[in-house]
Amino acid sequence: MTTLAETRARATRKARALLLAPAMAILVFAASGPLIIVVIYSFLTPGDYGGVEWEFSLKAWFNVVAERDFFTDELRFADAHLSVFWRSIKLSILTAILAFIFGFPTAYFIATRPKKQRDIWMLLIMIPFWTNLLIRTFAIMELIRNQGTVNTALIGMGLIDEPIQMLFTEFSLLLGMTYVYLPLMILPIYASMERLDFSLVEAGYDLYASRLKVLTKIIFPLVKPGVVAGSILVFVPCLGAYVTPRVLGGGKQLMLGNLIELQFGQLRNWPLGAALSLSLLAIVMVALLFYVRAVSREGESNV
Amino acid sequence: MSSRGFDVRRQTGFTTLALLCFVVLYLPIILLVVYSFNAGSSIAIWEGFSWRWYVSAWENERVQAATVRSVVIATAASLISTFAAVLAALATTRTKPWRGQTAAFALINQPLMVPEIVTAVSLLIFFAIIKVQTGYTGLGYLIIAHSAFCIPFAYMPVRARLQGMDLSLEQAGADLYATPLQVFRHITLPQLWPGILAGAMLAFVISLDDVVITEFVKSAGQDTLPTYMLGQLRRVITPEINAISTALLAISVILVTAFFFLSRTRE
Repeated sequence: MTTLAETRARATRKARALLLAPAMAILVFAASGPLIIVVIYSFLTPGDYGGVEWEFSLKAWFNVVAERDFFTDELRFADAHLSVFWRSIKLSILTAILAFIFGFPTAYFIATRPKKQRDIWMLLIMIPFWTNLLIRTFAIMELIRNQGTVNTALIGMGLIDEPIQMLFTEFSLLLGMTYVYLPLMILPIYASMERLDFSLVEAGYDLYASRLKVLTKIIFPLVKPGVVAGSILVFVPCLGAYVTPRVLGGGKQLMLGNLIELQFGQLRNWPLGAALSLSLLAIVMVALLFYVRAVSREGESNV
Repeated sequence: MSSRGFDVRRQTGFTTLALLCFVVLYLPIILLVVYSFNAGSSIAIWEGFSWRWYVSAWENERVQAATVRSVVIATAASLISTFAAVLAALATTRTKPWRGQTAAFALINQPLMVPEIVTAVSLLIFFAIIKVQTGYTGLGYLIIAHSAFCIPFAYMPVRARLQGMDLSLEQAGADLYATPLQVFRHITLPQLWPGILAGAMLAFVISLDDVVITEFVKSAGQDTLPTYMLGQLRRVITPEINAISTALLAISVILVTAFFFLSRTRE
């Protein structure tokens, strides 16, 4: 015999399942389902013209970090891959640091505006963020090309004779990624700064703290969860960046995203591409784990 | 110590850095827009005002085709993803914790967490299999792929709107013997509308701007505007690309500003 409550609970569950069905179907079909296929492909043998042979192999995973010498059969590290991994991680960390240097004062500036102005300042941050990433990358490219705005201006002023090669260097990647992902740093820092209690800052000054002391001992610790969140929000998309390094690196400064693309394009090694993708995903997941911890800690501190 | 005019909020150099930051954010975009109106073919030397690059972009058949394709995909993807996201938001907001909740949220947010390049690669593999099995090579792949990564963007504003909604009106409706469907149509939906519109707009912008997933999923001859622009990069950049960029920028800026004011009416 079923009670009224049970019947109602069952009806709720059924309604919920029905309502969720379209979104879940689309996401399973075009987001999570294909990821499982990537896992399978990473354990197969590459086909001659792209694609795969259905033959189990651990070679792709092995090749992510090591390779066997063609002639001597010696094992050695896959330097080409490791250097791309290293560049991706290094540039992502540097980008997060640069974004912090610019983003922190900006978030502070916005948070200390009168309440009515703040939304408008934030809108000014959001507009570039929601405009096409490719266009913003193009904009940076035109700025730093050899015949670009910066070089033309410097030559025009007589400061240099030859254009400075900025494009296709690690510097251009760093500049480009900082430019496109800066809003991701400002947003969470601003969110935690907006709730900052300035009477604590006042108390600091009453106790004869210097401005720097107030900044490092009072403000920074209070908004630290926002800083951690922002750093990870910048770090993660940098690590998987594809467009920015392709446009500003010009095939010379490969990042992980470009290395993965190469395996599916010119190099025709789909299993290796799959294994590299999953390696990237694993690093991102570790970073996101830190993010979740930082955000939940912020939640606790505000209770 | 606290003499008159001492501002506790001031930090040395912060305002300068912040204003510099705004200049740096906008300067490259402004230059790009300005040079799209350049009469000459340079993107660094100004030779007078002209619409010529807009005309040349407008008359370029490949640009026309890519524009139509971009708009078709973005419209379809934003409609599909918003529809799915609204239903999902109704199912997942304002309820007690339920079994499978974590899994559902993880699935909805997956496109935000998994790097785009990884999703792109996985779709390339998966759709390659389907293409061989079915022989279908139409725009459907791009539309379904775009719909999937637009879902979290359409979901967020709807969910936020639902959470901020006053339950008493709906309860009053139910007390007056309105059926759940009537309550939804006459009470919930009218209040939800700005959130739905905001979500659809966000989804449209996100789909319109996508490069990576489109680049991997598209079949030959299925360029959208962004992938067309990326493809042009191998040759010399002309201000024609700037002209297309400016047009795309204008659309994004308008939609994002509208989104901002739509979601602000909540307060």
